[in-house]
Amino acid sequence: MAGLITALFLVPLLGALFVGVVPKNYARGIALGCNAITAIVALTAWRSFDPGAAGLQMIERHVWIPAIGAEYLVGVDGLSLLLVLLTSLVIPFAFFAQRMERGATALMLVMQSALYGTFTSQNFVLWFLFYEMSLVPAFLLIKIWGGENRDRAATKFFLYTFLGSVAMLLAFLGIYFVRGTFDFAALAALGKNGLLTGKFVWLAFAGIFLGLAVKVPLFPFHTWLPDAYENAPTGVSMVLTGVLSKMGVYGFVRLLLPLFPNEIKILSPWLLGLAVCSIVFASLAAWAQSDLKRMVAYLSVNHLGYCMLGLFAVSASPIVAARIDTHAALSGVFMQIFNHGVTAAALFYYVGLLEQRRGLRGINDFGGLMQRTPLLCGWMSVAMFSSLGLPGLNGFIGEFLIFKGSFAITASFTAVAVIGLLVTAIVFMRAMQALFSGPLVESCSAFPDLLRSEKLVVVPVTLLMFAIGIAPQFIFNVFNTTVVQMARLFA
Amino acid sequence: MSWPVANVWLIPAIPIAISLVILSLAKSRRQSAAGLAIIGQVVALALSIAGFLETLQTPSFRAVQNFTWFTFGETALRIGWVLDPLAAAMLVMIALVGLCIFIFSIGYMADDKNFTRFFAYLSFFSGAMLGVVIANSLLLLFVFWELVGLASYLLIGFWIERPRAAAAAKKAFITTRIGDMGFFLGMLWLYHSSGTLLFYDDGNGCLESVGLAMLGASATFIALLIFCGAIGKSGQFPLHVWLPDAMEGPTPVSALIHAATMVAAGVFLVARVYPLFSLGTINGVTSSSLTVVVWIGVTTALMAALIAIAQADIKRILAYSTVSQLGLMMVSLGVGGVAAGIMHLLAHGFFKALLFLGAGSVIHGCHHEQDIRKMGGLRRLMPVTFLTYAVGMMALSGVPLFFSGGWTKEEILHATAHWPKSHVPYYLVLAGVILTALYMTRQVIYVFFGSPRAASAHARESPRVMTTPLIALALCAIFFSVVLTPGWPWLHGYLTGEPAQFDIKRSIQPMLFVSLVLVAAGIGLGVLVYGRAGMPDRRRPAEVDPFEYAQPALFHFLENKMWIDELYGRTVIAFSWMSARLSDWMDRYFWDGLVRAFGRLGQLFGIFTTNVDELGINAGVDETMTGTRGLGRVMSSWHSGQIQTYLGVIAIGMLALLLLYAWLV
Repeated sequence: MAGLITALFLVPLLGALFVGVVPKNYARGIALGCNAITAIVALTAWRSFDPGAAGLQMIERHVWIPAIGAEYLVGVDGLSLLLVLLTSLVIPFAFFAQRMERGATALMLVMQSALYGTFTSQNFVLWFLFYEMSLVPAFLLIKIWGGENRDRAATKFFLYTFLGSVAMLLAFLGIYFVRGTFDFAALAALGKNGLLTGKFVWLAFAGIFLGLAVKVPLFPFHTWLPDAYENAPTGVSMVLTGVLSKMGVYGFVRLLLPLFPNEIKILSPWLLGLAVCSIVFASLAAWAQSDLKRMVAYLSVNHLGYCMLGLFAVSASPIVAARIDTHAALSGVFMQIFNHGVTAAALFYYVGLLEQRRGLRGINDFGGLMQRTPLLCGWMSVAMFSSLGLPGLNGFIGEFLIFKGSFAITASFTAVAVIGLLVTAIVFMRAMQALFSGPLVESCSAFPDLLRSEKLVVVPVTLLMFAIGIAPQFIFNVFNTTVVQMARLFA
Repeated sequence: MSWPVANVWLIPAIPIAISLVILSLAKSRRQSAAGLAIIGQVVALALSIAGFLETLQTPSFRAVQNFTWFTFGETALRIGWVLDPLAAAMLVMIALVGLCIFIFSIGYMADDKNFTRFFAYLSFFSGAMLGVVIANSLLLLFVFWELVGLASYLLIGFWIERPRAAAAAKKAFITTRIGDMGFFLGMLWLYHSSGTLLFYDDGNGCLESVGLAMLGASATFIALLIFCGAIGKSGQFPLHVWLPDAMEGPTPVSALIHAATMVAAGVFLVARVYPLFSLGTINGVTSSSLTVVVWIGVTTALMAALIAIAQADIKRILAYSTVSQLGLMMVSLGVGGVAAGIMHLLAHGFFKALLFLGAGSVIHGCHHEQDIRKMGGLRRLMPVTFLTYAVGMMALSGVPLFFSGGWTKEEILHATAHWPKSHVPYYLVLAGVILTALYMTRQVIYVFFGSPRAASAHARESPRVMTTPLIALALCAIFFSVVLTPGWPWLHGYLTGEPAQFDIKRSIQPMLFVSLVLVAAGIGLGVLVYGRAGMPDRRRPAEVDPFEYAQPALFHFLENKMWIDELYGRTVIAFSWMSARLSDWMDRYFWDGLVRAFGRLGQLFGIFTTNVDELGINAGVDETMTGTRGLGRVMSSWHSGQIQTYLGVIAIGMLALLLLYAWLV
């Protein structure tokens, strides 16, 4: 079906314009309407996607600015489709989570459009356009509708990621001047035999690496994240962690790994070290937080650390490495991308519910909730257990495969990373004890339990966690062929 | 493949499904909740027995069903179910003991406001444990293993409004998870080395010759890592600290954890993957991994038995006795007596459930008092509880001939005595047997003998719904002996696949006398020391334990659990918490400090360029501007627009020109 992908990012963009001109009360309706359409489009794309075919599908290609090699080229492979589905899931989830003002609604829609564009563009110029387009709404949403320290947090977030983007842009311009193309597929093909020569290659690598490492974020480029997530409004935090953080991981898979296979292999001990630091230090820092949102934010860094571990393990793998290991690690990373998107968004949602009821969100501002709001506690626990990787829920599948693959390739780093799994459990155990157990705290004694509207949001998301945890094949089908293809590319 | 074998997966699936149904019930539907849970357990028991009967048909019966869980890349990840004597025996024991506990709970939890939720959790717990038993893949076993952990977390912390219960639940989950991380790594390693996690797969499984041959030297490490998981779950030293705290849960939960589920999982795990452990065994010389198992087991058995002597809480004494007995089972597995270890596990399941439920009955009668020093004289007030408890106590102490525990303990002693590496474990185990008899005698004397004290004065026998399971379990504890004796070692033969011969003469073995002497010594010592405990002595106040009176320092050392909790609190936990705080601090001040410093650098550069602009370039431009403007002002004043001035200037100019002309010419 032609035009599906274009429709995907045009619908929210038009919706945003529309929200701007109609009366305030219609904004939410339009946003949800747009999301209904994008959901249908995404599902149609999923249906018409051939899971057995390698390479890009549903390609749309038009001449744009030939003089600078810019092309309108969009298409999806398994990974892109996975992220499109994730976006179509998390954004409406965020809209349901929070009633937003008209301006915020419009900005969210712009961000959604940018996300779709980022995940489907196959030409650097177009991709970069969307990549940057997501930044501005995120900045404004934090800056205008954020919490206490919103100004500082928003500025830090914007400047830090923007600096990374500029570095990346310069690197790509350099590559373009040498190689004369912005096409991802063409660049990847060139990357096999060394994209650039001499010292310049390291400069280009550093630029792109910095841009993506800040975006993910990878330790030690992560310090903007706790501030930004903490101060963003609930719905925005959900999108930031659920989808926006995946842009960085996506960039690693789509750009850095195929373009610089040799450089990554040389640096792999260091990169693996950074990934393990992300995992261990972020989980430890999460343990020390007293603000629930900051805690979940740090766990996001930790969970994305697993993704990075898997990716760097794949790129560090010797040529003789068994295919099963690279397949396991890559599949695990893709699975983790999706699962973390769902679970972390859900966790922010629950923290938002608590904050709505209490007005505060310190871990010690609550107590004994199980007696007052058993349903809220029960459903929230499911998300927590999913996040700590309990088998039977979605989180375990991805983490098991990442560890399986990376243990075979680099046992020592993986063994250290296991500490992260343990500390994550401690973090959630501590939180559950503080929030749910003990005598009911006076200030929580008037809490309503889950409302009907909230149940309608919570139940489908939780069912999805169970579905993926028990019978994950339907997710694997999306990207299995892509995994095989990429493993061959990276080897 | 017959129906019960082909559908063996239903055994865990039904209780788990029922638990989800119960969770969705309203709080008030108490009867439906209990009814559903018991129906689920009965069905699981019936299916287990059906499966068990199937395994009787051929010696070393093994039915395996493998299937693909999911496909990643080009690899199918396969898991499966297995039904063999080990699994079948465990299934029947778990389902039967579970059923007794479920029925008992109806009475015990009758007044609890979250009655329905309790039964949902119980059912889930039982289902998860049944799943562990029939898993034919280390991964699937790990999945159910973690679910068992989850269920125990939920049940230990069932009275969540009590901070101590919540803390105990957290401690249990985290402590076992520490072991589980080792297990997880061992699993990854095994998967990497053997290429499969299936136990049995037509000769290609990781426990079969082909898979084992691929492991080589890594087998020892894999086995030890997997053993970490067993250490955590089965409460072995040094991860035993959660088990006594788990007493904060309702008593039926303690019974379930200590008898049928949870702690049994660790011993079962070692037995299940035993080929990995014994891989290094050459010519009867025990592999290094099994040697570790023996020493961990011995340490645990002796340490816990010592601590049990100085405890005052009726449930804590039983908890430490569980820890000790599990250590004994580990010793048995380690020295090569796999069948003996499993037989003890099965026998222990019956009599420990009996003891815990008996303790529950006592606690129920004494209005939720758990301190044995405040009880006494319950022999007459609660006769059924007393008699059944006495059976349990004898079985646990290992009284020979009539009680199941005696036979299995004898078998363990036999196996340990013939361990070629060292005789030290044997003597330590002998000491453990004496200690077990001693602390059980102490407990029974305190609780049931003497005259009633504060808490037991108004005790009454528990209702039928609670005593019936006690009687059933007591009968199990006695009649289970039938299949255990050396005269007719049917269970031994069933587990090992060797046919059992009936020969009554072999029942009388030298070890029988050894264990008779030891148990008699233990009970005799107990009666001697504690015979008048709880009653005022000539010198000793009534509330002081005779042992405490004689050896206060040692008693306090044991009473405080050898200060191991405190040691962990000051070292491991303090260190971890410090590193958490440090990570947070580093993030806020060091890493973010670098970022801010970089930002500040940018800002400084900005200020610098501004100043260069302002003072250098801009000042020059400004000066020029001022000059030009001043000139303009002067010039503009000339353009005053007054004709007289212009004419005057013209006249002066003309005059000047004329004078110049005149002078030149």
